[in-house]
Amino acid sequence: MLEISNDLNTYLLIGAFLFASGFYGLLQRRSLIGMLISSELVLSGASLNFMAFNRFLAPDPTVGQIFTLFIMGIAAAEAAIALSIVIAVYRNFKSIDAEDLTDLKG
Amino acid sequence: MSNALFTAEGLSGLVFLVMVATTVIGALIATNSKRLIRSVAGLSLCFIGVAALFYFLNSPFIAMMEMLIYVGAVCVAIIFAVMLAEPRGDEKPGKQSGIGSFFGFIAAGLVFMGVALIGNKTNWVAAEIKINDGSVTEIGKALLTSYSMVFELISVVLLVAIIGALVLARTGRSKNNA
Repeated sequence: MLEISNDLNTYLLIGAFLFASGFYGLLQRRSLIGMLISSELVLSGASLNFMAFNRFLAPDPTVGQIFTLFIMGIAAAEAAIALSIVIAVYRNFKSIDAEDLTDLKG
Repeated sequence: MSNALFTAEGLSGLVFLVMVATTVIGALIATNSKRLIRSVAGLSLCFIGVAALFYFLNSPFIAMMEMLIYVGAVCVAIIFAVMLAEPRGDEKPGKQSGIGSFFGFIAAGLVFMGVALIGNKTNWVAAEIKINDGSVTEIGKALLTSYSMVFELISVVLLVAIIGALVLARTGRSKNNA
């Protein structure tokens, strides 16, 4: 059992699963907040990959951790901007469904 | 097998499997549930699992930051946005959601197969020596020496993002009032 948690391939597989499920959510979701949630899944799959490579392969084990911290900072900034855009869109269109946001269709 | 389960290694393997299951189930809830508030709950479940995986990857500091930033800040902010902007609470059934989500599933499955195959087939070569132990002290030293410029830049990015978020939310309100 210990071999599973000490193997690079396990973490790569989980990271690939997080990335793919975020990708699926981005394609399938219709509301803006659902898309934001899916993009957070994509980012966390990427940072899990960075941490796995950092633990098993990298000569300097601080680099991957610092990279993951920076990904978290960028993700927090992105979430703040995206949520305020969602609020502004909701005030103008009274909906956050991505297919309702058409101004020129009449 | 039942004998080996009650050693430290067996229990840690069991906790690892439970945390992997938490991550996977949380991601599935986050992408597949119809109500937005449930998918936020699934997202925070998934982030708790990812934090535990970071702990298994020898970095408890990053695990703590994951819990603080994602579970404590990002998920709560998304819940605030759901409360402000979603009166119905669930998504309308889409016109083309059946065929669209089918092709989305196929595409995401292909992406998963591709990335997983590349990760598993490649012969990864580990570094010969590690030049430090990756502890919190070493992270602090690296942040304030090699990466100090990036550290300052990301604080500027966060400041700009906060001001931009305030401006965006404020503009929508004043236009509506006028």
